[in-house]
Amino acid sequence: MREKEISADSSNKLWNFFASVRLTVIILLSLATTSVIGTIIPQNESPAAYFRQYGEFFYRLFNALDIFDMYHSWWFQFLLLLLTLNIVVCSINRLSSTWKIVFTKNPPFNLSKFKNLPDKEEFTDNRSPEQLKKIYESFFSKSFGHRRIEDTEKGFRIFAEKGRWTRLGVYFVHLSIILMIIGGLLGSIFGFEGLVNIPENEVVSSIMLRKTGEIQKLDFGIRLESFNLSFYDSGAPKEYRSTLSIIENGEAVLKQDVIVNDPLRYKGINIFQSSYGTLPPPKITLTFKNRETGKEFEKNAGLGEEFDIPDGGGRFLLKDFKGSFNFMGHNMGMTFIGTLTPVSGDAVDVFLPVQFPNFDRMRKGALSVSVADFKHRYYTGLQVTKDPGVFIVYVGFLVMIIGCFITFFMSHQRICVEVTRSQDRSKVMVAGTANKNKMGMHMKTRKISQGLIGI
Amino acid sequence: MNSSNLLSIVTFVYGLAALLYIAHWLFKRPLPGKLATWTAIIGALGNTAGIILRWVESYRLGVGHAPLSNMYESLIFFSWTIIIVYLFIERRYKNRIIGAFATPFAFLAMAYASLSPNINDRIQPLIPALKSNWLIAHVITCFLGYAGFAVAFGINFMYLLKARDAEQKSRWLDHFPDTDVLDELTYQVIMFGFLFLSIGIITGAVWANSAWGSYWSWDPKETWSLITWFIYATLLHARLMRGWHGKRIAYLSILGFMAVLFTYFGVNLLPGLHSYATN
Ligand code: HEM
Repeated sequence: MREKEISADSSNKLWNFFASVRLTVIILLSLATTSVIGTIIPQNESPAAYFRQYGEFFYRLFNALDIFDMYHSWWFQFLLLLLTLNIVVCSINRLSSTWKIVFTKNPPFNLSKFKNLPDKEEFTDNRSPEQLKKIYESFFSKSFGHRRIEDTEKGFRIFAEKGRWTRLGVYFVHLSIILMIIGGLLGSIFGFEGLVNIPENEVVSSIMLRKTGEIQKLDFGIRLESFNLSFYDSGAPKEYRSTLSIIENGEAVLKQDVIVNDPLRYKGINIFQSSYGTLPPPKITLTFKNRETGKEFEKNAGLGEEFDIPDGGGRFLLKDFKGSFNFMGHNMGMTFIGTLTPVSGDAVDVFLPVQFPNFDRMRKGALSVSVADFKHRYYTGLQVTKDPGVFIVYVGFLVMIIGCFITFFMSHQRICVEVTRSQDRSKVMVAGTANKNKMGMHMKTRKISQGLIGI
Repeated sequence: MNSSNLLSIVTFVYGLAALLYIAHWLFKRPLPGKLATWTAIIGALGNTAGIILRWVESYRLGVGHAPLSNMYESLIFFSWTIIIVYLFIERRYKNRIIGAFATPFAFLAMAYASLSPNINDRIQPLIPALKSNWLIAHVITCFLGYAGFAVAFGINFMYLLKARDAEQKSRWLDHFPDTDVLDELTYQVIMFGFLFLSIGIITGAVWANSAWGSYWSWDPKETWSLITWFIYATLLHARLMRGWHGKRIAYLSILGFMAVLFTYFGVNLLPGLHSYATN
């Protein structure tokens, strides 16, 4: 018996702990403070980079505390869990009393409370209470949902109220937080986020996950039909456009352009324009020019291929291709790199920028090499995501906006008008209260009282 | 006249309005107050015209877009929102001394935009990532939120001055509204700011989701806006706790506004997706 009491007592304590607004303040301030860390220490970089930056000791310390991925760390998630518990318990705690206020048939009116208000309005009207009763009744029926009229010894009294339901607004705000947390959780459990590069005219049907680097298979293929980019006159990029086809069972079922801010969505998978690059074609044409004789020879070659230069010029290895190549501080654009081994003498590396065919002449070798015919291909970099939680998060967004609006700008307003006969005229008192924004209610009461004088 | 010239003039108009509001407060005369209101209204009209003109100019340059795409344009819009929010409060609460503590922010933002050598007032074409209608909704709502917090900060400052002077000795403070009124007013304006900051964060998230497929990626600017939001959420709840009224709430409000400033200016010192705002 005693034990049961103790456990009931301690579970009660636990309940009250989670129901307290003090805990809310502590959690929210902790979230605010700790969130700063991840904006100062860059997140999710390579261990080597961190090691260089912070040294061994701090690297180990930060690593142990999950600082390098702090927003997904156990302790940050724990704070979010506490917040969730706090909201749920607090809401359950208060909902029943709010519910009673909101869904009562006969809202109570406390006359003395109105009479004691410091800022009530008073005036006299030349008409009798009987005349005023009808007029006031219709006045309040227009804008106040609930009204009650009582006859008094020397006149009458109207209680009117509206916006009882707005007391629920704050529960919507809190519900929205829960919805966002649930949606976020769903997304992180059942969703993924990955990248894929697709060269023009090729099809891929798997992507690489960003977090783990694992390969994720898709239920369909994506083909890049073409990639286009355009620039402003200033040289700043204007648009990246990938024309994609969705391939199912070897057939294109959907063709659509994807640009930044306008993704393709198919079967719950979203495909976003993310980056691009250039690839060399399978074969390119190289020109070799003999400095002395002025003779030119052409040769087709693929990347990595080594061949004899025509006319006994030695051997040539087409080693590498760079989408952009930096030569002594100048960006040369797309550039091939090769190794030229003359019949006699040492091998040299030669650089063949596609845009500058005369570049290799500056080397002043016996042979100068250039790229004659070159049609590069683009590849597009796509971000591919799946997030089944987005819908719930978006509902949360909407509920939060609506809830905040109700909570901040609407209130449960109660008005009391008392009319008493004094000789053949009427003395009128108007007083109003609201559960929020007392100052606004004061102004509203004055407005209503002026309205009553006018009719 | 181009928009930059017009907006430079507006800077001085706002400066004059701020001086007139301060004169109204210090000399306790109604006339400078009335002049201040009219000056502020003229400034707001010039500011509006400047924004529209800049919009038109961008179309003439063939890169048409709403003027909300870089630091210069956002500062101009920030000034506009501060003045609009302030004039609304002045009309509603019929007190012009608040102007002495609110309009200087509009002047400062405008002056910083027009005069700072770090801020480029050229109209630039939009990079692909910014080509979205969400950009407009995002920037407008964020800055309405920031403007609310800036004005709340000004009123809050008045509160602290008045609250320090409990015996009501200071001649400078006798026309201030009562501390209760200032406290309540700060709270009202913070609620306005909180609503719009929330919508700003939400539209930003929706935009991020449509541009690169995740609505939240903890980049520094996002995170700092969330930090700001946490601080103001703390403030809203702290008021419910016993003993947390007046000064403690006022300090939270100052902390919140510091976070706003850091979200706006400081984050550019940190790495992240939003770094386009540096020019
Ligand atoms: C990020 C999380 C939260 C947000 C954004 C939030 C938002 C809000 C807002 C906007 C209000 C209205 C304040 C006002 O009327 O001035 C409010 C009120 C309130 N919140 Fe929260 N809240 C959060 C978490 C919590 C938690 C965890 C609790 C748990 C105790 C809580 C308890 C309350 C209470 C008791 C009220 C007052 C309700 C009333 O006026 O009857 N909130 N909240």
